[in-house]
Amino acid sequence: MSGQSTYTPKSGLEKWIDQRLPLPRLMHDTMTTFPTPRNLNIWYTFGGILTFCLGVQIVSGIVLAMHYVPNASMAFDSVESIMRDVNYGWLMRYIHSTGASMFFLAVYIHMFRGLYYGSYKAPRELIWIIGVLIYVLMMATAFFGYVLPWGQMSFWGATVITSLFSSIDQIVPHLGTAITTWLWGDFAVGDATLNRFFSLHYLLPFIIAGVVGLHIWALHVPGNNNPLGIDVKSPQDTVPFHPYYTVKDAFYLCCFVALFAVFVFYAPNFFGNPDNYQQANPLVTPPDIVPEWYLLPFYAMLRSIPQKLIGVLVLVGSLVTLVFIPWLDTSRVRSCRFRPLMKQFFWAFAVDAVLLGYCGAQSVDAVAFGIPLVWVARLGTIYYFAYFWVIMPIVGLIETPKKLPASIAQSVLGESAAAPAE
Amino acid sequence: MMRIALPLGLALGLLAAVPAVALDTTKLPVKDVDFSFDGPFGTYDQGALQRGFQVYKEVCSACHNLDHVAFHNLDEPGGLGFTEAQAKAIAAGYKIPVDPNDKGDIFDDKGVRLTRAGTLADKFPPPFANEEAARANNDGNLPPDLSMIVKARDGGAHYVYSIITGFKMTPPKGFTVTTGKYYNPYFEGWNIGMPPPLTDDMVTYSDGTKATVAQEAHDVATFLAWASDPKMEERKRMGFGALVFLIVLAGLLFFSYRRVWADLH
Repeated sequence: MSGQSTYTPKSGLEKWIDQRLPLPRLMHDTMTTFPTPRNLNIWYTFGGILTFCLGVQIVSGIVLAMHYVPNASMAFDSVESIMRDVNYGWLMRYIHSTGASMFFLAVYIHMFRGLYYGSYKAPRELIWIIGVLIYVLMMATAFFGYVLPWGQMSFWGATVITSLFSSIDQIVPHLGTAITTWLWGDFAVGDATLNRFFSLHYLLPFIIAGVVGLHIWALHVPGNNNPLGIDVKSPQDTVPFHPYYTVKDAFYLCCFVALFAVFVFYAPNFFGNPDNYQQANPLVTPPDIVPEWYLLPFYAMLRSIPQKLIGVLVLVGSLVTLVFIPWLDTSRVRSCRFRPLMKQFFWAFAVDAVLLGYCGAQSVDAVAFGIPLVWVARLGTIYYFAYFWVIMPIVGLIETPKKLPASIAQSVLGESAAAPAE
Repeated sequence: MMRIALPLGLALGLLAAVPAVALDTTKLPVKDVDFSFDGPFGTYDQGALQRGFQVYKEVCSACHNLDHVAFHNLDEPGGLGFTEAQAKAIAAGYKIPVDPNDKGDIFDDKGVRLTRAGTLADKFPPPFANEEAARANNDGNLPPDLSMIVKARDGGAHYVYSIITGFKMTPPKGFTVTTGKYYNPYFEGWNIGMPPPLTDDMVTYSDGTKATVAQEAHDVATFLAWASDPKMEERKRMGFGALVFLIVLAGLLFFSYRRVWADLH
């Protein structure tokens, strides 16, 4: 919808600014008059919610960084001092630690929404790919952040994840170890590692903010997809972003923040691991090293492969796969609402993701209903890859989609949608 | 951790009598007891906190650190409810190792560590100088710091209560208690380094509460829950206000949303 700008400067000052730096014009065109499909549902409010989450993490994180000490012998105590001695430090820390989980909860809903409604399909491929980049950056940021409190899980999680690079030794001897040592800045995870992770943890959110700018820019060229997955055909299909979507987004954001607040104030350690309230100890390995919940499906895939290098390749492959989705989906129809077969595979995929997460949370030798979970994770991994590389291309070719409605307006207002709505 | 490798001889001896089943020494689920601070509106029972502090001070502190708790925490709101004068008096009863004096010494002529009386700004001093000293005094076991124990264990205060009251049971057949350890099925692996810490009437409560082991354990678990989470009452109170605000705001936004969209349908 990068059509003509409808901005008219009202005062002399606005005119003066508009001729030099048309920032008010940009804000007006993207956040006020921007034509938005009138049928966006609740799942489309998560873009705004995610922007809010990023803001919360940056603001609370900056305050925490004022009190945190990135030193292996002082980090743990400094976090505890934030919790006890800094005014409202406990609030800042619980907002930040819970905020990471809420951020991932929102991003997973956002991604599954994109998958279901085919929001990655032409002409929105770059929005999707930039989104995948944001997701990977988020994972890296969350991983670095989780190391900073320097508890047992921080330390051992960092050790396990960074050691993955040593699997390169199997291709080029000593190269993997050299890379791992370089990443650590030492011969083990230690003070040097903590310092660089802190530096990167502070840097990456601002890179994410920049890439989010690209994500939104790319979104504003073709405009939003919608639950019907059909293109906007006439002005009747859209409403201006403000006030229709500002108020709708605000309502759902407020509900999301209420859920956020329930965790922050009443279950602040719900997403955490008790072991991380014990200071890092290189001499004591916890019985089970478990990453945060949002990384569990990938952790399950990694662990289900007995060969380390292949496990790492599967892990990397599971993320790289996401980049190719726009071209793996061969369907002419975007939305799963009109794809009876793909809809079933989609929900099976959602169940698969949860199942993999469950497997990742259990110990390696766990058994459920007489089945070793490692085999469940293997089947889950196979379905993960099959969904994108086999099911998506084939179903798109063999499936007969349901009849698409003629237009968004007709679908929303019924057959008698002749009269203009506004 | 999960399974104890029995000595070969014992295992063979057992083989003759019972089918070989590896003994599962996974810790038992925590005991189901009620605490005043459970639930969204739960607060710390001040009497229990003060009694629990007495148990910590007279019993636990012989071996366990309370690293992150300072004396000024004792008179803070949402806590034990001591006055500043009481907290000062408690602090003054502790000896804090001093920094080097004007001669650069930390020991006096007889080689005794120089100390001073504690102040509100000090944290609870550790019972042992370092980990090695702690181990040397405890058969090689390291008593963990208790200031975070409730947050650092699955089950929290219930776990602490279960451990303290989980001694003096007869181990099941086929389980051998390791020398220098004690049987406690609420502890992972069932072998715990800590001897049974409490007995009936080990402390004398000034408020007349009968000091049974269960009472002492419940009180000290309450105190340790506070030590782990001294801001809990403030947190729950603020959360209530935040949620009331958010629900009212959500209601207003919902009606605005309906109103704005009404002319579209």
